[in-house]
Amino acid sequence: MAIEYFRAGVKFLLHSARFSTIIAMPDVLVEAAGLVKRYPPRDRHGTAFTAVDGIDFVLRRGESFGFLGPNGAGKSSTMRMIACVSPPTSGTLRVLGMDPLTQGREIRARLGVVPQDDALDRDLTVLENLLIYGRYFGLPKATIATRSARLLEFAQLAERGGERVDALSGGMRRRLTIARSLINEPEILLLDEPTTGLDPQARHVLWDRLFRLKQQGVSLILTTHYMDEAEQLCDRLVVMDKGHIVAQGSPAELIAAHSTKEVLELRFEIGEQDKAVAKLRDATIRDRLEELPDRVLWYTAEGEAALAVVHQIGLRPATAMVRRASLEDVFLALTGRTLVD
Amino acid sequence: MATADAMALRAFQYWILRYRRTWRGTVVISIANPLLFLVAIGVGLGRLVGPDAAALGGVDYLAFFAPGILAAAAMQNGIIEAAFPVAVNRGPGGAYPVAAGTPLEPEDILHGHLLFMASRVVLSAAVFVAVMVAFGAARSPLVLLTLPAAALTAMAFALPSAAWAVTLTDIRPVNGIFKWVVMPLYLFSGTFFAVEQLPAVVRPIVYATPLWHGVDLCRSLSLGTVSWPLALVHIGYLTCLCGLGYLMARRLYRRHLHA
Ligand SMILES: Nc1ncnc2c1ncn2[C@@H]1O[C@H](COP(=O)(O)OP(=O)(O)OP(=O)(O)O)[C@@H](O)[C@H]1O
Ligand SMILES: [Mg+2]
Repeated sequence: MAIEYFRAGVKFLLHSARFSTIIAMPDVLVEAAGLVKRYPPRDRHGTAFTAVDGIDFVLRRGESFGFLGPNGAGKSSTMRMIACVSPPTSGTLRVLGMDPLTQGREIRARLGVVPQDDALDRDLTVLENLLIYGRYFGLPKATIATRSARLLEFAQLAERGGERVDALSGGMRRRLTIARSLINEPEILLLDEPTTGLDPQARHVLWDRLFRLKQQGVSLILTTHYMDEAEQLCDRLVVMDKGHIVAQGSPAELIAAHSTKEVLELRFEIGEQDKAVAKLRDATIRDRLEELPDRVLWYTAEGEAALAVVHQIGLRPATAMVRRASLEDVFLALTGRTLVD
Repeated sequence: MATADAMALRAFQYWILRYRRTWRGTVVISIANPLLFLVAIGVGLGRLVGPDAAALGGVDYLAFFAPGILAAAAMQNGIIEAAFPVAVNRGPGGAYPVAAGTPLEPEDILHGHLLFMASRVVLSAAVFVAVMVAFGAARSPLVLLTLPAAALTAMAFALPSAAWAVTLTDIRPVNGIFKWVVMPLYLFSGTFFAVEQLPAVVRPIVYATPLWHGVDLCRSLSLGTVSWPLALVHIGYLTCLCGLGYLMARRLYRRHLHA
């Protein structure tokens, strides 16, 4: 027993010595309290709009953190505040221990940003895009050249350095944007909807790259509409809706807290759904039923057992499917709406 | 941390890098067009007008017209170099938000772009002045001073244009500027004919337009008829426009790039 403790202690000391620089740095990367973003009216007839309405969160080093929410939830607004390109209206925000209002330059020098649109220069080549971005950070040309070679390798674009960005596919452009955002070797990488608009294969390639970054110790902050993406990439996430945080935790925690283990999805013939739901309500006294325009969801611990009940009470659904609960269900439970309509 | 000047130079480098790809297209509009005007109207129409027309103050038409078109082209170049690129690059997918995500501040982005605009208008004006001299359209060695005068005229339009364009969410209004601002000024600021030829009632309006100050400054230098007090008024007027445009641009760049 004592030996075990001794070993663990030595291991810890060796570890600390090696990573002393990391350990000496503050553990909290981003801290927000009562954060508000209100946009002024766009024109004389408009009204001010509160996009982020008092949110609190803490992001720790090495963690990957997600903002999940539907269109207009305030995800990009939050990201822009963290990226120090949008001053908070009120509340406090600290990034890397600094104040974005007065130390924006210093903070941005240590961040990587992948915006919602790729924002690459399409008239320039792949390498030129990296070059100019590196110059913005004041990096010498030689440093940019070595890092570019490594980053293009990482982004699986090694052969394409001399090509104009115009010639790249959507997935390649997104990977290039990620490569570009890494040119200053950032401590935090901000990704706004990294896979929106990509086909499934391109998404998986991208997830794999992001996963590797995470393993290399880069802290990821990302926004997404996709539950599967959040489940794949985020250690912890907040669910946002209309400028508020409606829940936070790890994907598994959120599912455990706001959903059941399994979900039975039932579709009925047109016009049958209302009658079927009435019958189901009688049978599912304690379970939650969710009615969507095209289907009914039954939240249950045992999907197959629930399906047996459906048949018992004489319902004949057009299709029936038992699946594991996902963040989509969490969102539905919290807001009564689906995430992507 | 590097100084603000160094930051502006980083932003400037972007425009240079782009220019290496796109300069061919810009030659036509900013250099060839005004030169065609110079030849077609200055030389062609000049023959018809004949030498020593009294209304032109006793000089031939080419000598009268060339510095006028120099100033008018400077105005046009100033607006083209500012309004279009700023309106295109301020929004999503443009170069400004990309730069804003790096250590550059909105002011650095503004300064870097202004530096590039200034280089462009100086380059175009320099080519024009050289051709003007080669055609024998200059009457005084002071013609060399038309280069800074034309650059000042260009920036007096470029700075307010940049300030305005950074607020646009749509590029279309920029085309309106050409119809409603550039064309009328081009035609009625004394570019093609002496303001004294206009009815007395409209003259004060012309004297109020910024382009007239640029035209009169360039013309009096090129013809060697410059009256320095009046030249100072011209310079003062154009410098004020630059200053106002700059202050507006600074505020609006910050407001829109750090929304
Ligand atoms: N500059 C602005 N001025 C005024 N309103 C804005 C501005 N930017 C965003 N908004 C509004 O704020 C709300 C939240 O926008 P935001 O981009 O943060 O949402 P989001 O969660 O990123 O949505 P999406 O999934 O569509 O990207 C939206 O209703 C949007 O119209
Ligand atoms: Mg967004």
